[in-house]
Amino acid sequence: MTDVTRTVADAPVQFLAPDGTFAPNAAAEEYAAFVDGLDDAALQRMFRDMALVRAFDVEAGNLQRQGQLALWVPSHGQEAAQVGSAYAMRPQDHVFPSYREHAVGLVRGIDLMNVIRLLRGLTHGGWDPKDPRNGNFHLYTLVIGSQALHATGYAMGIALDGASGTGDPESDQAVVAYFGDGATSQGDVSEAFVFAASYQTPQVFFLQNNHWAISVPVSRQSRTPLYRRGEGFGIPSVQIDGNDVLASYAVTAKNLDEARGGGGPRLVEALTYRVGAHTTSDDPTKYRTDDELASWVARDPIVRFRAYLAGRGASDEFFAGITAETKDFAADTRRRTLALESPPAELMFENVYTDEHPLTAEQFEWLERYEESLEGGDAR
Amino acid sequence: MTETTTAHAPTTTELATMPMAKALNAGLAAAMAADERVLLMGEDIGTLGGVFRVTEGLKNTFGENRVIDTPLAESGIVGTAIGLAMRGYRPVCEIQFDGFIFPGFDQITTQLAKLTNRHEGNQAFPVVIRVPYGGHIGAVEHHQESPEAYFAHTPGLRSVSPSTPHDAYWMIQEAIAANDPVMFFEPKSRYWQKGAVDLSAPAVPLHSSRVVRPGSDVTVLAHGAMVSVLLQAAELAAAEDISLEVVDLRSIAPVDYAPILESVRKTGRLVVAQEAPGSVSVGSEIAATVAERAFYSLEAPVLRVSGFDVPFPPAKLEGIYLPDADRILEAVDRALAY
Repeated sequence: MTDVTRTVADAPVQFLAPDGTFAPNAAAEEYAAFVDGLDDAALQRMFRDMALVRAFDVEAGNLQRQGQLALWVPSHGQEAAQVGSAYAMRPQDHVFPSYREHAVGLVRGIDLMNVIRLLRGLTHGGWDPKDPRNGNFHLYTLVIGSQALHATGYAMGIALDGASGTGDPESDQAVVAYFGDGATSQGDVSEAFVFAASYQTPQVFFLQNNHWAISVPVSRQSRTPLYRRGEGFGIPSVQIDGNDVLASYAVTAKNLDEARGGGGPRLVEALTYRVGAHTTSDDPTKYRTDDELASWVARDPIVRFRAYLAGRGASDEFFAGITAETKDFAADTRRRTLALESPPAELMFENVYTDEHPLTAEQFEWLERYEESLEGGDAR
Repeated sequence: MTETTTAHAPTTTELATMPMAKALNAGLAAAMAADERVLLMGEDIGTLGGVFRVTEGLKNTFGENRVIDTPLAESGIVGTAIGLAMRGYRPVCEIQFDGFIFPGFDQITTQLAKLTNRHEGNQAFPVVIRVPYGGHIGAVEHHQESPEAYFAHTPGLRSVSPSTPHDAYWMIQEAIAANDPVMFFEPKSRYWQKGAVDLSAPAVPLHSSRVVRPGSDVTVLAHGAMVSVLLQAAELAAAEDISLEVVDLRSIAPVDYAPILESVRKTGRLVVAQEAPGSVSVGSEIAATVAERAFYSLEAPVLRVSGFDVPFPPAKLEGIYLPDADRILEAVDRALAY
């Protein structure tokens, strides 16, 4: 897609060149203070989380190939967009993910085994977003774009509660809604933009443009750069190099501060790439070229950030320690996956409703009597 | 709402006469007064008071933060109501007309209905979706439909429909108090017929069906506006010495079968009536279940009187499409002929 209107000033915000050199472009200038606020310890924690999720993702893909998972949804290549934006949140913020945001979940504190449980077919959810340990990370939503409206409604509730815009960054809340380039074609995402702009909700729409909606390129979704869509709805919008974790962090942090402070919704479009398949059911060799893939692998967010950290003086021992930790994390994921047990049949009938319901109760009782009636008792 | 109940001796009633639209308005106001987390959202419901004026005056009473005029987007209304419920609110959404619910169908059936299950009980979704439904108003396409069966078919939703101002006043409050999503089908042709409302207590719990006219020969059953057609048919039948027992379904999902089965065991005959097309309908489900559970009491097959399996016709044909008392009595005669 040719963007005839783009000028130098419109270049995606970037702090790190693909080789890891710290070279903020003009667009990055207004965000520089946020990067300055990150010390070596924080930067190294971000690197660690990116590396852990990469290892977890690879291992989960292997587990799927070995029949241990029904499906896997790779996050490979999107770690900078996810970890940077997740570090930009405050503890009181709420996150509405799509289904590929494993790194955001890790940063917010969920046990990633819950994602494994979801994709092994043990649950449709997996964690309790109300449990403080889960960092207000809401459940994955598989229907494309639906969560954008839930996020917007939640943000409307924050505003109604007076829990944003007080000027106290320690207590003001905001919402981050994640979705992809394909989702921007869904009506629900447009309706979320409409409601968010109308009610000036405290939220950031974080659009990971990974360039492919399964087999369909982003050019089929839009003739205009996607961040420009936000502007049409009256939502201040910015495009970033999504493989630059510092850009993702700084731009999301500034926009979240503005949203929390009562400035209304924001849209961040992170240009990144889905290096893996859409899911393990997909075969990307059928629709994209080796050259394109290679060009993005050359911009790998972890390689880039590692080079930057090494340049800042991170030691070989630090990187060796991270490598060892990722191997342990992957091995632990495998061990814990193999130990997972299937849920009881009650799970089907529980929690269809919050209040009592005669039909589900009656059908579960019937199932129990039926199974007891089978020769040898419980057939399960 | 408990205050009025406890303020009176059990035998005392506090009667008011009002049309269903006013009863709904009063019920919404009572629910909002009782719980500050209840809020209303929908198209034109604030300043205008809704195209049927059901929410008239409520914005003045409760403010624009609790009676929210939304953008014109049904999926947006339901989808943001879901987020508000996660935040602890109890949203009551108004869908302007029955035929306009389908842009919100995905958020209702794919999200709202399944989210309690997806959250494994960690999050309740007390969202009420008010749907003015049904014919008899001479309106254009998409304004006279009866889409209840789609929602009754969907696990995770509850569906109810009042037939009188009294039930409307209480059922809307009970639906709002429920901790599950409730589809609330309002028979819009009955909005302006007045009736007595006992402000001291509901007649029966939300998910109850009940006999509204006792009889002995044939049980006739319906919900919403069709109940008044059944009562009219019962009057006409009585003139011919045929005694109809009229059951008001009230709850479409779950169905309260006990009063229905008790009635059928007494009369041996059941005619179910509805405005919706008959194939794969609420009436189909009730007919099948009654046949399963009361087979030896039945003297005749359960008969359905429904709209035809065609799109709701242009207004000048609605009188032919919609079952009237004569169509009910034709089915009663067929049932009695067995």
